[in-house]
Amino acid sequence: MNFFNHFGRYILMIKGMFTKPENWRMYWKELMYQCSDIGIGSLGIVMIVALFIGAVSTLQTAYQLVSNLIPKSTIAQIVRDTVILEFAPTITCIVLAGGVGSKIASELGNMRVSEQIDALEIMGINTKAYLIMPKILASFIMIPLLVIIAGVLGIWGGRLAGTLTGILAPEEFDGGLLSGFLPFNVAFALYKAYTFAFIISSIPAYFGYFVKGGALEIGKASTTAVVTSCIMILFADYILAALLL
Amino acid sequence: MIEIKDLRKGFGDKLVINGVSALMEPGKANLIIGASGSGKTVFMKCLVGLFEPDSGEILYSGRSFTSMELEERKELRQQIGMLFQGSALFDSQTVEKNVMFPLNMFTRMTYSEKLKRVNEVLDRVNLKDVNKKFPAEISGGMKKRVGIARAIVLNPKYLFCDEPNSGLDPQTSLVIDKLIYEVTKEFNMTTIINTHDMNSVMEIGDHIIYMHQGEKEWEGSNKEIIYSKSKKLNDFIFASEFLQDVKEMRMLEAEGKMPNGKNGHK
Repeated sequence: MNFFNHFGRYILMIKGMFTKPENWRMYWKELMYQCSDIGIGSLGIVMIVALFIGAVSTLQTAYQLVSNLIPKSTIAQIVRDTVILEFAPTITCIVLAGGVGSKIASELGNMRVSEQIDALEIMGINTKAYLIMPKILASFIMIPLLVIIAGVLGIWGGRLAGTLTGILAPEEFDGGLLSGFLPFNVAFALYKAYTFAFIISSIPAYFGYFVKGGALEIGKASTTAVVTSCIMILFADYILAALLL
Repeated sequence: MIEIKDLRKGFGDKLVINGVSALMEPGKANLIIGASGSGKTVFMKCLVGLFEPDSGEILYSGRSFTSMELEERKELRQQIGMLFQGSALFDSQTVEKNVMFPLNMFTRMTYSEKLKRVNEVLDRVNLKDVNKKFPAEISGGMKKRVGIARAIVLNPKYLFCDEPNSGLDPQTSLVIDKLIYEVTKEFNMTTIINTHDMNSVMEIGDHIIYMHQGEKEWEGSNKEIIYSKSKKLNDFIFASEFLQDVKEMRMLEAEGKMPNGKNGHK
């Protein structure tokens, strides 16, 4: 029953966002601010995570491929596909669920508790449209870009680790990278990125927007938002893989 | 003018507002008083549309707020200013940006016109040299004044103040009360103030509604409250011995029976 209650309110929240903006310029400014906050603000952590995940993928794939019958360029193929299909979209978005998701939930929660949302409502502003819509749109714009950056850096990190440890030469890695490449894999990664972007922005927005109480409840809402977003990302990951691969 | 007709609001089985009717006139400070849990905050939230009443009608200058479409409500809300208990200033914006926000959202003024208007209202609430400060850098009293400035920047017809004196020292409370009263008279606004503060009741209470357990228990002015026969109201207003003495003194004063020596302390 509780689930249906939350789900119903979540749907109503999403529906409530679609109204004509009171002032397009103010909404545009808010969207740009959110793009900067979500995109530029998360770039550092995404780059670090992607680099190391790519590097570790190369080392662990090489560790498991002990047969001399398998060419070393296979390592690059495995790293490429693993990074594009799974690590770049899923791991990046789980990291973003922690960073961006908790920020969205706590920001909206604080605005709710300190009556800032009420103040906006009384001014005649649709707070769902003004506060939540720009966050979701900014996530749609920035998260796929971050996933692309993570994919490129992940593969580059794998190449760097392979070369530095002497597992395979750069030419071998590049050869493997180009062999059997399926462009659909990139499209699949982007489908995932868009789905996860919606989850990462809308679920924490829901928990933050409807928070009741004080500082403790904001913390709880933030934690619940991150946990729920992570679970939903993994669930959506499975569904998309089952449907599209 | 705001007219409230037989307003009812409950949560679950509990009826919080039970058939309250009232007329809030422009140019007057209309005070809603009552103990904690008496329903005055819910009452105010119903008036501004943050809660939907279960039944009854709210009329803003004859227009029914309760049956208005969303767009019409949004339009009306631009004529409403509200000062919140915690001021509700946007933490991430400077004082200037906070006050400018309604102008940015609802007007097509140029930046210099907006800045001029912001400085006018900040000056009106006696705030100087705070434009570039953030809410965290100013005192509670200053935050309330910024809240008032933001509430009146669009020249609203209706001003709502939810416990404007909470958390303020008595002297600053008087300054805030005086300011709200002055802007009410100056701009002929219909001002509704939720308060616990007895100084406010006595100083600016042109029209007072006392609420008890969700019902309107008493209605009158600050001049009439002294003579009220309502036990519940007297127990609430004149709760301490000191305040009871004040009441007796005021009554004697009004009847011209002030004991010798006491007049000198006025």
